[in-house]
Amino acid sequence: MSTNTTYLIRGAKPLGNQGTDILVHDGTIAALGADAATHPAAANATVIEAAGQIALPGMVDLHTHLREPGREDAETVETGTRAAALGGFTAVHAMANSNPVADTAGVVEQVWSLGKRSGWVDVRPVGAVTVGLEGKQMSEIGAMADSRAQVRVFSDDGICVFDPLVMRRALEYVKAFDGVIAQHAQEPRLTEGAQMNEGEVSAVLGLAGWPAVAEESIIARDVLLAEHVGSRLHICHVSTAGSVEIIRWAKSRGVNVTAEVTPHHLLLTDELVSSYDPVYKVNPPLRTETDVMALRAGLADGTIDIIGTDHAPHPSEAKECEWAAAAMGMTGLETALSVVQHTMVETGLITWADFARITSTAPAAIGRLTDQGRELAVGEPANITLVDAEARWVVDPYAMATKGRNSPFKGLELPGKVTHVFFHGHPTVRDGKLGTPRLSEAF
Amino acid sequence: MKHLLSTLDLSRADAIRILDIAEEMAAVGTREVKKLPALRGRTVVNLFFEDSTRTRISFEAAAKRLSADVINFSAKGSSVSKGESLKDTAQTLQAIGADAVVIRHGASGAPARLAATDWIDAPVVNAGDGTHEHPTQALLDAFTLRTHWSALHGHTSLGSDLSGMKVAIVGDILHSRVARSNLWLLRTLGAEVTMVAPPTLLPHGSKVWPCTISYDLDATLAGGIDAVMMLRVQGERMHDSFFPNTREYSRLWGFDDARLAALDARDTGETIIMHPGPMNRGLEISSAAADSPRSTVLAQVANGVAVRMAVLYLLLSGDQQRPAPSDATRPAGL
Repeated sequence: MSTNTTYLIRGAKPLGNQGTDILVHDGTIAALGADAATHPAAANATVIEAAGQIALPGMVDLHTHLREPGREDAETVETGTRAAALGGFTAVHAMANSNPVADTAGVVEQVWSLGKRSGWVDVRPVGAVTVGLEGKQMSEIGAMADSRAQVRVFSDDGICVFDPLVMRRALEYVKAFDGVIAQHAQEPRLTEGAQMNEGEVSAVLGLAGWPAVAEESIIARDVLLAEHVGSRLHICHVSTAGSVEIIRWAKSRGVNVTAEVTPHHLLLTDELVSSYDPVYKVNPPLRTETDVMALRAGLADGTIDIIGTDHAPHPSEAKECEWAAAAMGMTGLETALSVVQHTMVETGLITWADFARITSTAPAAIGRLTDQGRELAVGEPANITLVDAEARWVVDPYAMATKGRNSPFKGLELPGKVTHVFFHGHPTVRDGKLGTPRLSEAF
Repeated sequence: MKHLLSTLDLSRADAIRILDIAEEMAAVGTREVKKLPALRGRTVVNLFFEDSTRTRISFEAAAKRLSADVINFSAKGSSVSKGESLKDTAQTLQAIGADAVVIRHGASGAPARLAATDWIDAPVVNAGDGTHEHPTQALLDAFTLRTHWSALHGHTSLGSDLSGMKVAIVGDILHSRVARSNLWLLRTLGAEVTMVAPPTLLPHGSKVWPCTISYDLDATLAGGIDAVMMLRVQGERMHDSFFPNTREYSRLWGFDDARLAALDARDTGETIIMHPGPMNRGLEISSAAADSPRSTVLAQVANGVAVRMAVLYLLLSGDQQRPAPSDATRPAGL
C-alpha cells in the first residue's frame, strides 16, 4: 500500500538554495517550483508552510545499532527507527552485532522485516563478515546478499577483522555481490583493556590508553589490501588525524576506499573524560582537539565521505557505574543533524549541498540503496527532510525517542530542528513530532 | 574541601593546613591515651573493593583515634562479590547513615563517581583508585619529607612547604597511583620532581608533566637528590614485556646495595629513602637500603595515621566553612 496522500511543501530551500515549492504525490516528487501549485494533484494537497526551511534528501545512516534481536532492553527496531525519523533519516543500516549475530540470511531477513513492519525508515541490515564476529570463519555473505534484505554492507563492527588473511579473503569475496567491507579499525593487542584515548589526559587520569596508532596501523594495512585485491573498503568511525592522512594518501593512489566520521568525534574531546562520567565512553574513544580539527578538514575536503552516527543506545545501568565497568557507546540519531550543522555548516566548512552529500547521497551509494540519497528532482522518490536551521534547542536525552539515555550532548544548546520528514512520500515527522509510520505491503 | 579525590584539587594553603593539623594529630599518637573526642558519634565507612590491609587499618586507626565509629566494608564476602553495583553499595551506605566514605577501588575514577553522583551525600576520601591517585599516601609522604627538610634546615615545620627540595620517584610510574598523587602535591609544595623509570613504565602522555623524566637512576642520584621514593613494582609485569626480567629491572632501576654505598660515600644521611609499602625486598629495594638509617618506611606508616586523622577531621568536623589559612597566617592548631 503506497501512500495516496499529496503534500505541497511551500517555500522550502532545496539544499539551502532559492525557496521553492515541492509537490509530493504518490511517494514521489511530482513537481517543483511554479509547476507544483498548478499541478492537477495539488488541488487536494495538504499544504506544509516551510518558508525559509532547508529541504534535504532524507538522511541515510550507514552505522546504527538497533540492538534487536537480543538486546531489546537497550533498543528495538521500532524505537530506534522512530529516533532515526525524528533525526531526519529515511534509511539506516542496522549493525550486525546483535544476539544472535546477523551472520545468516535468517537474522538479516528478521531485522529487515522488523524494519518494514515499523515503517519509519528503510532498515538495511549489515551482515557480519565472520561467523559470530569471531574473526575466523567467513559468514554466509552470499546468502545474506541474495536474501530479501539485499545486504551489501558487511561488518564485524565493534570488533576489528584483525586476521589479515581473513580480511583479504572477505574483501575479495564481497566483490561477487557488489559488497563492501566496513572495517572497525582497532589493533586488538595494542588496545587490550583500553579505556580512553592514550595521551596527556589518560596519563593524568590513570586510564589505560587506546593509542591512535592502533587505528591507523589497521587502516594502513587495509587500504593496501584493498588496493592489492581491487575491492571496496569502508572505514567506520575514523577518529584520528593520522587516519585522515592515510586515507587521503590511499585515495590519491586510487584505492577504492570510503570513510566515515561520527558527529561526536567532530565535536567532543578526551578532556571530557576527566569527569569520569561514562556517558563519554565510546569506541573508538574521544580524541584530542587536533584530531577533531583534522576530521573536520578531512570531511570538508572529501577525504572522509560520510557521517555515520554509530548510534549505540545502552540501558541506564550500563552507564551508572564506574568508568571501567561501563559500556562503550553513545546515542546519536536525534542529534546528528544538529551536531554536523554546528561543527561543519556554521563554521563555514561545508554548504548544505555538501551536507546532503555526506549524510545522504554518499552513504546511499556506499550501501547501494537505489531509492535513497537521490536528487530533489521531479520523478524521484520523495525522501525529504525539512530543517529549520535557525532554530536552537537544548539536548534532553529523556525527551528522545530512542531508549538510550546516553547522549554525550545532554544539556548542550545546538542549532537546527528537523520539522518534517517524508519517507517515500509519507510524513513520518510533522512539525517536529512523530507522524505516522508508512505501512508496507510486504514483510 | 568537601571530598579528597585528587591532590590536583589541593591548593598550597589546603595542603599546608592538612600537614599542620596532622602534626597536632601526630602528637596525640605519642600520648598514653591516643584518643580525641572530635568525631564522636560520626560513622566512617571503609569501603574496600581491593584488598589493602595496610591502608585500611591506617584509616581505621585514624578514625578511631578521633572517636568515630568505623564500619569496614570489604568487597570479598559481601554483596559486592555477588555483583552488586557501586551505585547500590553507595545507596546502601547512605541509608545506613555513613558520615564519610573512605573508598579503595580497582577502577580509576570510582571515588570521583561517588562524589559526582547523588548516590551518596557523604564526603568521599579516595584511598587509592586504580592507577589514578592515592592522595593520602602523597600527603603522608609530604609530611615525612617536610619533617626531614625542616629538621635539616633547622626551621619549624609548621606552615612550611618543600621549596627547593629535590625528590626522585623511581619505578613503575605507569601503574602507580602513588606517583601521580605525589607529583601534583610535591609540585604544589614547591619541590622539584624527577621521575625515573624504564620508558615502558612511563605513561605515553607524561612528557608534559611538570617534572624531569630520566631513564638513568645513577645519573639522577649523582645529580643530587634529597629524597628517593621507590615504588613497588610487580614482578608479573615482565610477562607483559614491560621489562625483560626482575634481575635486569633490579640492576637498572632498583635501589640496591651498590647505590646505597655510592650514596653513603657522598653524604652523611641527608638523602632519605622512602617506600609506600609493601616492599619487594631484592626487587625495587635491597634489604640494606630498606633497613638503613636513611629509610623512612616506618615513619611513613606512622605519619599515615596522623595525616588521615587530619583529613577525616577536616572533612567531618564541620569546619569546612572556615577558609584555609592564607600563607601569611598559620593555624593555631585545633
